[in-house]
Amino acid sequence: MQTVFSIAVDALAYGMVLFVISIGLSVTMGLMRVVNLAHGGFAMIGGYIASYVARDLALGYGLALIAAVVFTILIAIPIERLLYRRIYGQPELTQVLMTIGITFCIIGIANFVMGPTLKTIPLAPSLQGSADLGFRTIPVHRLFAIACGLAVALGLWYAIEKTNFGIKLRASVDNAAMAAALGVRTEIVYAVSFAAAVGLAAFGGVVGSEFLPVEPYYALRYMVTFLVVVSVGGAGSIPGALAACLLLGAIDTTGRYLMPEFGEFFFYLAVIAIICVFPRGLAGRAK
Amino acid sequence: MKKAAIAALAVMAMCGTASADVIKVGVVGPFSGPFALQGKNFKAGIDAYIALHGNKIGDDTVEIVYRDIPTADPAQSKALGQELIVKEKVQYLAGFYFTPDAMAVTPILKQGNVPMVIMNAATSAIMKTSPLVVRTSFTTWQTSTPIAKVASDAGVKKIISVVSDYGPGVDAENAFKKAFEEAGGQIVEAIRMPLSTNDFSPIMQRIKDSGAEGVFAFLPSGPTTLGFVKAFNDNGLKAAGTKFYAPGDLTQESDLPALGDAALGIQTTFHYAVSHDSPENKAFVEAATKAIGNEAELSFPSVGAFDGMHVIYKMIEATGGEQDAQKAVDAVKGLAWTSPRGPVSIDPESRHITQNIYLREVAKGSDGKYVNKEVQTFEKQGDPGLAAAK
Repeated sequence: MQTVFSIAVDALAYGMVLFVISIGLSVTMGLMRVVNLAHGGFAMIGGYIASYVARDLALGYGLALIAAVVFTILIAIPIERLLYRRIYGQPELTQVLMTIGITFCIIGIANFVMGPTLKTIPLAPSLQGSADLGFRTIPVHRLFAIACGLAVALGLWYAIEKTNFGIKLRASVDNAAMAAALGVRTEIVYAVSFAAAVGLAAFGGVVGSEFLPVEPYYALRYMVTFLVVVSVGGAGSIPGALAACLLLGAIDTTGRYLMPEFGEFFFYLAVIAIICVFPRGLAGRAK
Repeated sequence: MKKAAIAALAVMAMCGTASADVIKVGVVGPFSGPFALQGKNFKAGIDAYIALHGNKIGDDTVEIVYRDIPTADPAQSKALGQELIVKEKVQYLAGFYFTPDAMAVTPILKQGNVPMVIMNAATSAIMKTSPLVVRTSFTTWQTSTPIAKVASDAGVKKIISVVSDYGPGVDAENAFKKAFEEAGGQIVEAIRMPLSTNDFSPIMQRIKDSGAEGVFAFLPSGPTTLGFVKAFNDNGLKAAGTKFYAPGDLTQESDLPALGDAALGIQTTFHYAVSHDSPENKAFVEAATKAIGNEAELSFPSVGAFDGMHVIYKMIEATGGEQDAQKAVDAVKGLAWTSPRGPVSIDPESRHITQNIYLREVAKGSDGKYVNKEVQTFEKQGDPGLAAAK
C-alpha cells in the first residue's frame, strides 16, 4: 500500500511538471493554431536565464524565476513580430518548417553562448531538502512544482473562460475577420497570447529543470513529450491538458516502477489507445 | 654518364616528393548535436598533442580532417569513412565516439589499407571485427570490473544493479555482476531503464524496496546522470546510507559543477581523472585547456584522443609515411608509454589499451571546484570483456 501511495505522489509530481511546460504549447496550438515546435526552445531560454541570474549573479530563485519569464518574453516579442506573424493561418507544414528552423537556431546560439555543459538553477533554501509525508519523504521542490501546476491551471482557465480578454481571444481564433470587424484588435490579442504562451514555457523550463536539466539540446530532446501531452489532452483545452498530464504521468511512472525493461512501451501504448478513442484528444473541440 | 646523372636526379626528386608528404588523418566524431561536448574533447586532445609535439614527423606533415556525426548513425558513419578514404585519401582513421559508428567502418579498413584508432567507443567486440583496429580509450568492462572489488572490500554483500538499457549499460551490468559474484556478493535485482528516462523516482523506490545495501549504476554521461544522482539524494537513499557505486562515466568532470554537492562521496572507477597528479597530466591539461577554451568542459574523451594521436604518430614513424596499414598496426603492438592518465601499453593480442584503473571519490578541492579524487589504483588492467565473450 505504501508503495502505491509512493508511486501516486511521484506520478502527480511528474504529471504536474509536464503540465506546466506543455500548457503554453497547448495554448499556441489550440487557440492560436500555430504548431510551435520552438516551444521547447523558449523553455530552454527561460532555464538559461534563470541559471544565469540565480547562479552567476546569485540573486535568488524567486528573482530568477521572474527574470526568466520577463526576459524570455522580451526575446520572443521581436521573433513574433518578424517571423510568427507571417505564419498565422498558414498550412501546418509551413509552420512546422519555420519553427523547427527557429529551434535549430536557438540550439546553436545556446551552444555558442552558454557552452555545451549542463546548467543548474540553484533552488531557494526553503525549496531544498525533503519533506516527510509520513509514509515517505519527498523533495520539497516537487511539492512546489505541484502547487505551480495547480496555480497555472486555475489562472489560465479563469483568464480564458471568464475574462474579457479570454472572450476576445476565443472570438479572434474562431473568426478573425469577424472579430476585427467588431472592433477587436486581433493583432494585439495574438501578440499578448503568444507572449503569455512563451512566458509559460519559460516558467515551466525553470520549475521543471530538476527533472529536465537545461542544456543546449533541451529544445529538441523533450519536444516529443510536450507534443504528446497536447495531442492527448486536446489542443487548447486546459482541463484536457491537465487530465492528459496526470494520466500519462501515472502510466509512465507506474510502468517504470513495475517493468522498467519495457521502457516507454506503456506510455506510447496509452497514447495510441487514447488517440484511437478520442482522435481530437481528451477534451478536443471539433474544428 | 649524363644518363646516369639524370637518373640519379630523377631518383632523388622522387625520394624528395615521397619523403615530404602530407599525411592525412580522418577524425570522425560528434562535433555538433547533443554530444557536441564529447566531440569538442576529441578536438582538444588532438590539438593538445599537436601543440606539444608539432605537426611534423621527419619531413612529413600531419593534417587532420574532421567529419561530424551528431548521433550514433552507422550508415552515415560508413559513408563518411568511405569519403575520407576515397576522396580525401586519408592514411589513418580515428575518433569514433559510439560503438555502432566504429563497427560500421571496420569492414572497409582492409580494402582501404587504412588503420583505425578508436578514441572512445567502448564495447569489447569492436576489436574482433578487424585486425586493423587499435583502441586508446577504455571498455565498459574494463572500468566496471574493479568497482565490484571495491564494493565487496567495503563489506557490502547485496547490491542492486541499475543500468541504462543499451549496449554499454548491459556490458556494465554483466561486468559488475561477474566480478561481484566471484567476490562472493549477490545481485538482488538487475534493472534496465530506458535511455530516455527523465524521472527516476520510481527507480529509487524499486531500489528501496529491494533491500540492497548498495546500488551499482551505469548511465551515459550527460543530462540524465544529473537527474539520477539528484533523485538518489532527494528520495532519502543517501541519507539512509545506501552505497553508490558506478564507473566514472557518471561523474565526468564536465558534469561535476552541475551535480555539485549532490555528488560528494560517490565512488567511481575509471581510467582517467582530470585531477590526476603527474607532470605528464599537468602538461596535457594545460595544453588541452588552451585548445578547448574552458577548463570546466574538459573530460575523458580528450585523453583518449591525445593518446590516439600518440599511437598514430608512432605508426607514421614506423612506416616512414608510406601507406601500409598492417605494418603500422604491427608497429604499435606492445607499444608502452606514459600517458597523462599514467603508464599504458597496447596489448599485442587484443590491440586494446592496458592501463591503470583508479578508484575515485568526488570531493571538493581547496578552490571550491569539484574533482574526482583518486584514492586507489588498480594497476595494469586489460579488457576482461573479450575474455568473457569467449
